[in-house]
Amino acid sequence: METYTFLRGLADSWFLLAMTLGFLALCVWAFRPGSRAMHQEVASSIFRNDDHPAEANPAQKEA
Amino acid sequence: MWDYLKLAGLGLVAVCAAIAANYAHDLAYQVNAITVMLAAGIAFLWVLRSAGDPKPNLQHEYFDEVVRAGAIATAFWGAVGFLVGVVIALQLAFPQLNFEWAQGYLNFGRLRPLHTSAVIFAFGGNALIMSSFYIVQRTCAARLFGGSLGWFVFWGWQLVIVLAATGYVLGATQSKEYAEPVWYVDILITVVWVGFLVAFMGTLFKRKEPHIYVANWFLLSMILTVAMLHLVNNAAIPVSIFGSAQVQLYAGVQDAMVQWWYGHNAVGFFLTAGFLGMMYYFVPKQAERPVYSYKLSIIHFWALIFLYIWAGPHHLHYTALPDWASTLGMVFSVILWMPSWGGMINGLMTLSGAWDKLRTDPIIRMMVVSIGFYGMSTFEGPMMSIKAVNSLSHYTDWTIGHVHSGALGWNGMITFGVLYYLVPRLWNRQGLYSLKLVSWHFWLATIGIVLYASSMWVTGIMEGLMWREVDANGFLVNAFADTVAAKFPMYVVRAAGGLLFLTGALIMCWNLWMTVRAQPVRASQHSAVPAE
Repeated sequence: METYTFLRGLADSWFLLAMTLGFLALCVWAFRPGSRAMHQEVASSIFRNDDHPAEANPAQKEA
Repeated sequence: MWDYLKLAGLGLVAVCAAIAANYAHDLAYQVNAITVMLAAGIAFLWVLRSAGDPKPNLQHEYFDEVVRAGAIATAFWGAVGFLVGVVIALQLAFPQLNFEWAQGYLNFGRLRPLHTSAVIFAFGGNALIMSSFYIVQRTCAARLFGGSLGWFVFWGWQLVIVLAATGYVLGATQSKEYAEPVWYVDILITVVWVGFLVAFMGTLFKRKEPHIYVANWFLLSMILTVAMLHLVNNAAIPVSIFGSAQVQLYAGVQDAMVQWWYGHNAVGFFLTAGFLGMMYYFVPKQAERPVYSYKLSIIHFWALIFLYIWAGPHHLHYTALPDWASTLGMVFSVILWMPSWGGMINGLMTLSGAWDKLRTDPIIRMMVVSIGFYGMSTFEGPMMSIKAVNSLSHYTDWTIGHVHSGALGWNGMITFGVLYYLVPRLWNRQGLYSLKLVSWHFWLATIGIVLYASSMWVTGIMEGLMWREVDANGFLVNAFADTVAAKFPMYVVRAAGGLLFLTGALIMCWNLWMTVRAQPVRASQHSAVPAE
């Protein structure tokens, strides 16, 4: 039961805090300045390379 | 060299399976062993016939053959799974359909896991494997990693389905909901799933795009989490190497908690994260506009990852589970409502500025309705996880209604949309055979779901209230059989709804078949690419 008590205590104190902070940090990171251009680029990346992998179609590589 | 190793391995599997069939302790094990022997034999002949053939370099082509096979398997297993669903719905309404001659094989108890596994793991699983392979190649601009590993994953998964399905009918089950397959099928699932992970991760590693598109995050989290859930929940010791019986490693409330940690996260990662991956790729593609907010999709992803894994205990309210665990499950389930709706908004708003497509494009309509059902069931779920609500809803048909508005509405509709999107592209056809038939499918499926969900609300709440009704002296008013009798009309309506849904799916199969058979070939894309 020693392990159980230890894990139980850890889970609802420091680990909970660490996970909450980690999640908030991820949210803040998503909104960091300068991320917009990158996100727009990724969001529109699905509209290329529909028919062939990239190396076969160098014209589209830098699209 | 590699071909010879494969031949030796397949030969060994076939011989071992033949020996196992000979020494089998039970019928299900014997039939499964013979199935494995036949599968290994067929694979042996297949490899033998092509052994030593020169392997062309296909790195400049996408591996779409396996996606095509996945589309066929998805449509086929969908129809099978829905058909079994209609049969068991009718068996509940008319118990005479549990025929005396088929007792012990085709009665409700045997067919029910066949239905759930067929729709979740055969229909949904093939949809996920097919979409993962399609999406990861397109978004990485690279051919699928691992040569013919994709074929191994595809055929391995079909073998899992056949072994599990025949096993259920013949009585092989470990009696864990949504994890019924017995120990040797679980081992095969693990091997196939690792192959899936390697093919997916390998493609990510050799990607030509700088970033990993968000759909891949959802799909990868699905693959990883399902692997973890599967390994933990299926920890068991076989009674004999020649039999299908096993003993679970955990007992009592621990076993129940592990089971529902698995069960709820199978919903969360198999049926939610995986299908969200499909949504984040196919909805923007069909709408021809990027996802509404990429930032929101990142937050949606991480919020699901952080929250979902804790929600399982809400399946065990008012049981031997400690109170704190059940409260934890309830709280996280309620919090989970927010990211779910964030994702729903993200999917729906992808259409902002293109809402007119709802009028003209029945495929978009299907996808939008599926996102709507995602929103509805992710509201209903948290609500039902609240202890006070759960004390009424648990063990009633309300739960079954909730599952089906999610499974038919969200998983089913998005998969239909994806099939309509993929089939003309995979077979290089000019559009679908008939958009009118897509509209028919859409309305049949939607009305079917509405009939299903509403009849289950009525019957679920009714039976919940009947169970707790007490007279002035504190005695229960209704016997269990009274609730069964009272549910009859709703069971008929539910079966009718399922029949409509099945009819829609059969229309889809016909439409997709005719698309491949009768539609003219799409003009070559190569000549259309500007030289720049």
